[in-house]
Amino acid sequence: MSHDAHVYSKSQTEYEYTRRVRREAMRGQVTTFAIMIFLTLIAFSAVAAGFSEYFIVPILLLLAAIQVVLQLYYFMHMSEKNHGMAAFFLYSGAILGFTLFLTFLTIVWWN
Amino acid sequence: MDFNTKYTPQSWPDHPEQVTLEGKNKFLGFWLFLAGETVLFSSLFATYLALKNKGPSGMEFSTQTLFELPLVFVMTMILLTSSLTSVYAMYHMKNHNFKGMQTWLAITVILGIAFLCLEIYEFNHYVHLGFTYGQSAFSTAFFTLVGTHGLHVAIGLGWIILLLIRNAKRGFSLYNAPKYYTASLYWHFIDVVWVFIFTVVYLMGVVG
Repeated sequence: MSHDAHVYSKSQTEYEYTRRVRREAMRGQVTTFAIMIFLTLIAFSAVAAGFSEYFIVPILLLLAAIQVVLQLYYFMHMSEKNHGMAAFFLYSGAILGFTLFLTFLTIVWWN
Repeated sequence: MDFNTKYTPQSWPDHPEQVTLEGKNKFLGFWLFLAGETVLFSSLFATYLALKNKGPSGMEFSTQTLFELPLVFVMTMILLTSSLTSVYAMYHMKNHNFKGMQTWLAITVILGIAFLCLEIYEFNHYVHLGFTYGQSAFSTAFFTLVGTHGLHVAIGLGWIILLLIRNAKRGFSLYNAPKYYTASLYWHFIDVVWVFIFTVVYLMGVVG
Protein backbone atom coordinates (compact mmCIF):
# COMPACT_ATOMS: atom_id res chain seq x y z
CA MET A 1 0.00 0.00 0.00
CA SER A 2 1.05 3.61 0.37
CA HIS A 3 3.24 2.86 3.35
CA ASP A 4 6.86 2.35 2.52
CA ALA A 5 8.00 1.63 6.09
CA HIS A 6 10.06 -1.50 6.49
CA VAL A 7 8.86 -4.50 8.47
CA TYR A 8 9.92 -4.04 12.07
CA SER A 9 10.78 -7.14 14.05
CA LYS A 10 10.57 -7.02 17.85
CA SER A 11 13.50 -8.14 19.96
CA GLN A 12 12.90 -11.20 22.17
CA THR A 13 12.41 -9.08 25.32
CA GLU A 14 10.10 -6.67 23.53
CA TYR A 15 8.12 -9.57 22.11
CA GLU A 16 7.73 -11.27 25.48
CA TYR A 17 6.67 -7.95 27.00
CA THR A 18 3.89 -7.34 24.42
CA ARG A 19 2.67 -10.89 24.84
CA ARG A 20 2.45 -10.39 28.59
CA VAL A 21 0.60 -7.08 28.16
CA ARG A 22 -1.87 -8.77 25.80
CA ARG A 23 -2.37 -11.68 28.18
CA GLU A 24 -3.17 -9.27 31.00
CA ALA A 25 -5.57 -7.34 28.73
CA MET A 26 -7.27 -10.64 27.91
CA ARG A 27 -7.65 -11.38 31.61
CA GLY A 28 -9.37 -7.99 31.90
CA GLN A 29 -11.72 -8.98 29.09
CA VAL A 30 -12.66 -12.18 30.91
CA THR A 31 -13.39 -10.12 34.05
CA THR A 32 -15.60 -7.83 31.94
CA PHE A 33 -17.41 -10.92 30.69
CA ALA A 34 -17.94 -12.17 34.26
CA ILE A 35 -19.40 -8.78 35.24
CA MET A 36 -21.74 -8.87 32.23
CA ILE A 37 -22.95 -12.37 33.14
CA PHE A 38 -23.51 -11.18 36.71
CA LEU A 39 -25.53 -8.13 35.54
CA THR A 40 -27.65 -10.38 33.32
CA LEU A 41 -28.30 -12.76 36.23
CA ILE A 42 -29.40 -9.84 38.45
CA ALA A 43 -31.75 -8.55 35.72
CA PHE A 44 -33.42 -11.92 35.15
CA SER A 45 -33.70 -12.85 38.83
CA ALA A 46 -35.10 -9.40 39.71
CA VAL A 47 -37.88 -9.96 37.18
CA ALA A 48 -38.44 -13.54 38.37
CA ALA A 49 -38.68 -12.28 41.99
CA GLY A 50 -41.63 -10.12 40.92
CA PHE A 51 -40.89 -6.68 42.40
CA SER A 52 -43.08 -3.67 41.60
CA GLU A 53 -42.92 -2.40 38.03
CA TYR A 54 -41.93 1.13 39.01
CA PHE A 55 -39.02 -0.16 41.06
CA ILE A 56 -37.77 -2.71 38.58
CA VAL A 57 -37.91 -0.92 35.20
CA PRO A 58 -35.33 1.79 36.07
CA ILE A 59 -33.02 -0.92 37.48
CA LEU A 60 -33.34 -3.03 34.32
CA LEU A 61 -32.52 -0.01 32.13
CA LEU A 62 -29.54 0.88 34.31
CA LEU A 63 -28.18 -2.71 34.16
CA ALA A 64 -28.61 -2.73 30.37
CA ALA A 65 -26.80 0.62 30.05
CA ILE A 66 -23.83 -0.62 32.11
CA GLN A 67 -23.63 -3.80 30.06
CA VAL A 68 -23.71 -1.89 26.75
CA VAL A 69 -20.96 0.48 27.95
CA LEU A 70 -18.79 -2.52 28.95
CA GLN A 71 -19.41 -4.17 25.59
CA LEU A 72 -18.58 -0.98 23.62
CA TYR A 73 -15.57 0.20 25.63
CA TYR A 74 -13.91 -3.15 26.36
CA PHE A 75 -15.07 -5.80 23.88
CA MET A 76 -15.21 -3.28 21.01
CA HIS A 77 -12.06 -1.47 22.29
CA MET A 78 -13.56 2.03 22.37
CA SER A 79 -11.54 2.76 25.51
CA GLU A 80 -8.29 2.40 23.55
CA LYS A 81 -6.72 5.40 21.84
CA ASN A 82 -7.41 6.20 18.20
CA HIS A 83 -11.16 5.70 18.71
CA GLY A 84 -12.25 9.37 18.66
CA MET A 85 -13.97 9.17 15.29
CA ALA A 86 -15.55 5.83 16.21
CA ALA A 87 -17.05 7.41 19.34
CA PHE A 88 -18.13 10.49 17.37
CA PHE A 89 -19.97 8.34 14.81
CA LEU A 90 -21.59 6.09 17.38
CA TYR A 91 -22.78 8.92 19.64
CA SER A 92 -24.14 10.84 16.63
CA GLY A 93 -26.12 7.75 15.70
CA ALA A 94 -27.30 7.30 19.28
CA ILE A 95 -28.46 10.93 19.56
CA LEU A 96 -30.30 10.74 16.24
CA GLY A 97 -31.83 7.42 17.31
CA PHE A 98 -32.95 8.88 20.63
CA THR A 99 -34.67 11.77 18.81
CA LEU A 100 -36.52 9.24 16.63
CA PHE A 101 -37.50 7.36 19.74
CA LEU A 102 -38.94 10.50 21.45
CA THR A 103 -40.77 11.53 18.27
CA PHE A 104 -42.44 8.15 17.76
CA LEU A 105 -43.52 7.86 21.38
CA THR A 106 -44.90 11.39 21.71
CA ILE A 107 -46.84 11.06 18.43
CA VAL A 108 -48.37 7.70 19.33
CA TRP A 109 -48.87 8.07 23.08
CA TRP A 110 -50.20 11.63 23.15
CA ASN A 111 -52.80 11.33 20.42
CA MET B 1 4.48 -3.26 4.00
CA ASP B 2 2.20 -4.67 1.36
CA PHE B 3 -0.52 -7.25 1.41
CA ASN B 4 1.77 -10.10 0.43
CA THR B 5 4.40 -9.60 3.12
CA LYS B 6 4.68 -12.66 5.33
CA TYR B 7 4.88 -11.92 9.03
CA THR B 8 6.17 -13.80 12.05
CA PRO B 9 4.75 -13.35 15.56
CA GLN B 10 7.75 -11.03 16.24
CA SER B 11 7.22 -8.80 13.21
CA TRP B 12 3.40 -8.81 13.31
CA PRO B 13 2.29 -5.19 14.08
CA ASP B 14 0.49 -4.39 17.34
CA HIS B 15 -2.62 -3.17 15.49
CA PRO B 16 -2.53 -5.18 12.26
CA GLU B 17 -6.04 -4.02 11.37
CA GLN B 18 -4.96 -0.39 11.09
CA VAL B 19 -1.57 -0.54 9.40
CA THR B 20 -2.64 -0.16 5.76
CA LEU B 21 -4.72 2.69 4.39
CA GLU B 22 -7.39 0.18 3.42
CA GLY B 23 -7.48 -1.15 6.97
CA LYS B 24 -7.85 2.37 8.42
CA ASN B 25 -10.65 3.15 5.98
CA LYS B 26 -12.42 -0.12 6.79
CA PHE B 27 -12.19 0.62 10.51
CA LEU B 28 -13.66 4.15 10.17
CA GLY B 29 -16.24 3.17 7.59
CA PHE B 30 -17.36 0.27 9.73
CA TRP B 31 -17.98 2.49 12.75
CA LEU B 32 -19.99 4.84 10.53
CA PHE B 33 -22.02 1.82 9.42
CA LEU B 34 -22.58 0.85 13.07
CA ALA B 35 -23.88 4.39 13.73
CA GLY B 36 -26.39 3.84 10.92
CA GLU B 37 -27.36 0.50 12.45
CA THR B 38 -27.93 2.26 15.77
CA VAL B 39 -30.43 4.59 14.07
CA LEU B 40 -32.14 1.64 12.35
CA PHE B 41 -32.58 -0.28 15.61
CA SER B 42 -33.66 2.87 17.50
CA SER B 43 -36.50 3.37 15.05
CA LEU B 44 -37.53 -0.28 15.37
CA PHE B 45 -37.43 -0.08 19.19
CA ALA B 46 -39.46 3.15 19.08
CA THR B 47 -42.04 1.47 16.82
CA TYR B 48 -42.20 -1.56 19.11
CA LEU B 49 -42.69 0.51 22.28
CA ALA B 50 -45.33 2.66 20.57
CA LEU B 51 -47.30 -0.39 19.40
CA LYS B 52 -46.63 -2.78 22.31
CA ASN B 53 -49.77 -4.77 23.24
CA LYS B 54 -51.83 -2.80 20.68
CA GLY B 55 -54.12 -4.76 18.37
CA PRO B 56 -57.71 -5.69 17.56
CA SER B 57 -60.10 -5.45 20.51
CA GLY B 58 -60.23 -8.61 22.59
CA MET B 59 -56.72 -9.65 21.49
CA GLU B 60 -55.55 -12.46 23.78
CA PHE B 61 -51.84 -11.93 23.13
CA SER B 62 -49.81 -9.65 25.33
CA THR B 63 -46.18 -9.51 26.39
CA GLN B 64 -47.17 -11.08 29.73
CA THR B 65 -49.00 -14.10 28.30
CA LEU B 66 -46.57 -14.71 25.43
CA PHE B 67 -42.97 -14.50 26.61
CA GLU B 68 -41.14 -17.24 28.46
CA LEU B 69 -38.04 -16.13 30.33
CA PRO B 70 -36.08 -19.44 30.55
CA LEU B 71 -35.72 -19.60 26.75
CA VAL B 72 -34.70 -15.92 26.57
CA PHE B 73 -32.21 -16.48 29.39
CA VAL B 74 -30.55 -19.35 27.52
CA MET B 75 -30.43 -17.30 24.30
CA THR B 76 -28.87 -14.38 26.18
CA MET B 77 -26.18 -16.56 27.76
CA ILE B 78 -25.35 -18.15 24.38
CA LEU B 79 -24.98 -14.80 22.62
CA LEU B 80 -23.01 -13.24 25.47
CA THR B 81 -20.61 -16.20 25.49
CA SER B 82 -20.20 -15.95 21.72
CA SER B 83 -19.15 -12.34 22.24
CA LEU B 84 -16.35 -13.50 24.58
CA THR B 85 -15.24 -16.21 22.15
CA SER B 86 -14.82 -13.61 19.41
CA VAL B 87 -12.73 -11.52 21.83
CA TYR B 88 -10.53 -14.63 22.21
CA ALA B 89 -10.34 -14.90 18.41
CA MET B 90 -9.06 -11.30 18.16
CA TYR B 91 -6.60 -11.98 21.01
CA HIS B 92 -5.10 -14.80 18.95
CA MET B 93 -5.08 -12.60 15.85
CA LYS B 94 -2.97 -10.02 17.68
CA ASN B 95 -0.64 -12.82 18.78
CA HIS B 96 -0.39 -14.06 15.18
CA ASN B 97 -1.81 -17.46 16.10
CA PHE B 98 -3.86 -18.37 13.04
CA LYS B 99 -5.09 -21.78 14.25
CA GLY B 100 -6.17 -20.26 17.57
CA MET B 101 -8.18 -17.57 15.83
CA GLN B 102 -9.82 -20.08 13.48
CA THR B 103 -10.79 -22.29 16.43
CA TRP B 104 -12.36 -19.47 18.45
CA LEU B 105 -14.21 -18.07 15.43
CA ALA B 106 -15.55 -21.55 14.74
CA ILE B 107 -16.82 -21.75 18.35
CA THR B 108 -18.41 -18.32 17.87
CA VAL B 109 -20.17 -19.58 14.74
CA ILE B 110 -21.47 -22.69 16.55
CA LEU B 111 -22.88 -20.55 19.39
CA GLY B 112 -24.42 -18.17 16.84
CA ILE B 113 -26.11 -21.07 15.07
CA ALA B 114 -27.47 -22.34 18.42
CA PHE B 115 -28.87 -18.88 19.14
CA LEU B 116 -30.51 -18.68 15.72
CA CYS B 117 -32.07 -22.16 16.09
CA LEU B 118 -33.62 -21.14 19.43
CA GLU B 119 -34.99 -17.96 17.87
CA ILE B 120 -36.51 -19.90 14.97
CA TYR B 121 -38.05 -22.32 17.50
CA GLU B 122 -39.48 -19.36 19.45
CA PHE B 123 -41.00 -17.65 16.37
CA ASN B 124 -42.39 -20.97 15.15
CA HIS B 125 -44.02 -21.51 18.55
CA TYR B 126 -45.68 -18.05 18.45
CA VAL B 127 -46.98 -18.59 14.92
CA HIS B 128 -48.52 -21.92 16.02
CA LEU B 129 -50.31 -20.09 18.82
CA GLY B 130 -51.83 -17.79 16.18
CA PHE B 131 -49.48 -14.87 16.89
CA THR B 132 -48.54 -14.41 13.24
CA TYR B 133 -46.74 -11.50 11.59
CA GLY B 134 -49.99 -9.84 10.44
CA GLN B 135 -52.07 -10.67 13.54
CA SER B 136 -51.82 -7.21 15.14
CA ALA B 137 -49.79 -4.01 15.25
CA PHE B 138 -48.02 -5.55 18.27
CA SER B 139 -47.08 -8.77 16.47
CA THR B 140 -45.77 -6.90 13.40
CA ALA B 141 -43.67 -4.56 15.54
CA PHE B 142 -42.35 -7.50 17.62
CA PHE B 143 -41.40 -9.72 14.68
CA THR B 144 -39.85 -6.81 12.76
CA LEU B 145 -37.65 -5.76 15.70
CA VAL B 146 -36.55 -9.21 16.89
CA GLY B 147 -36.51 -10.59 13.33
CA THR B 148 -34.21 -7.80 12.11
CA HIS B 149 -31.83 -8.70 14.92
CA GLY B 150 -32.09 -12.38 13.93
CA LEU B 151 -31.33 -11.41 10.32
CA HIS B 152 -28.21 -9.61 11.56
CA VAL B 153 -27.13 -12.76 13.40
CA ALA B 154 -27.65 -14.79 10.20
CA ILE B 155 -25.68 -12.27 8.12
CA GLY B 156 -22.90 -12.19 10.74
CA LEU B 157 -22.70 -15.99 10.68
CA GLY B 158 -22.54 -16.04 6.87
CA TRP B 159 -19.85 -13.36 6.95
CA ILE B 160 -17.62 -15.16 9.48
CA ILE B 161 -18.07 -18.54 7.76
CA LEU B 162 -17.13 -17.07 4.37
CA LEU B 163 -14.09 -15.33 5.90
CA LEU B 164 -12.97 -18.60 7.49
CA ILE B 165 -13.38 -20.57 4.26
CA ARG B 166 -11.87 -17.96 1.92
CA ASN B 167 -8.79 -17.42 4.10
CA ALA B 168 -8.50 -20.99 5.42
CA LYS B 169 -5.08 -21.63 3.87
CA ARG B 170 -3.79 -18.08 3.65
CA GLY B 171 -2.56 -17.36 7.16
CA PHE B 172 -2.51 -13.80 8.44
CA SER B 173 -1.71 -10.81 6.25
CA LEU B 174 -2.39 -7.10 6.46
CA TYR B 175 -5.01 -7.82 3.80
CA ASN B 176 -7.23 -10.11 5.88
CA ALA B 177 -6.54 -8.81 9.42
CA PRO B 178 -8.96 -5.81 9.01
CA LYS B 179 -11.58 -8.20 7.66
CA TYR B 180 -11.48 -10.38 10.78
CA TYR B 181 -11.44 -7.30 12.98
CA THR B 182 -14.56 -5.70 11.42
CA ALA B 183 -16.40 -9.03 11.49
CA SER B 184 -15.73 -9.29 15.23
CA LEU B 185 -16.89 -5.68 15.78
CA TYR B 186 -20.10 -6.55 13.96
CA TRP B 187 -20.59 -9.60 16.15
CA HIS B 188 -20.20 -7.49 19.32
CA PHE B 189 -22.67 -4.96 17.98
CA ILE B 190 -25.21 -7.77 17.52
CA ASP B 191 -24.77 -8.53 21.21
CA VAL B 192 -25.21 -4.82 22.10
CA VAL B 193 -28.57 -4.84 20.29
CA TRP B 194 -29.56 -8.07 22.02
CA VAL B 195 -28.91 -6.51 25.46
CA PHE B 196 -31.56 -3.90 24.62
CA ILE B 197 -33.91 -6.55 23.20
CA PHE B 198 -33.83 -8.84 26.23
CA THR B 199 -34.24 -5.84 28.54
CA VAL B 200 -36.85 -3.76 26.71
CA VAL B 201 -38.84 -6.47 24.92
CA TYR B 202 -38.65 -9.52 27.18
CA LEU B 203 -37.88 -8.43 30.75
CA MET B 204 -39.89 -5.19 30.64
CA GLY B 205 -42.58 -7.11 28.74
CA VAL B 206 -42.93 -9.69 31.50
CA VAL B 207 -42.90 -6.98 34.21
CA GLY B 208 -45.74 -5.08 32.62
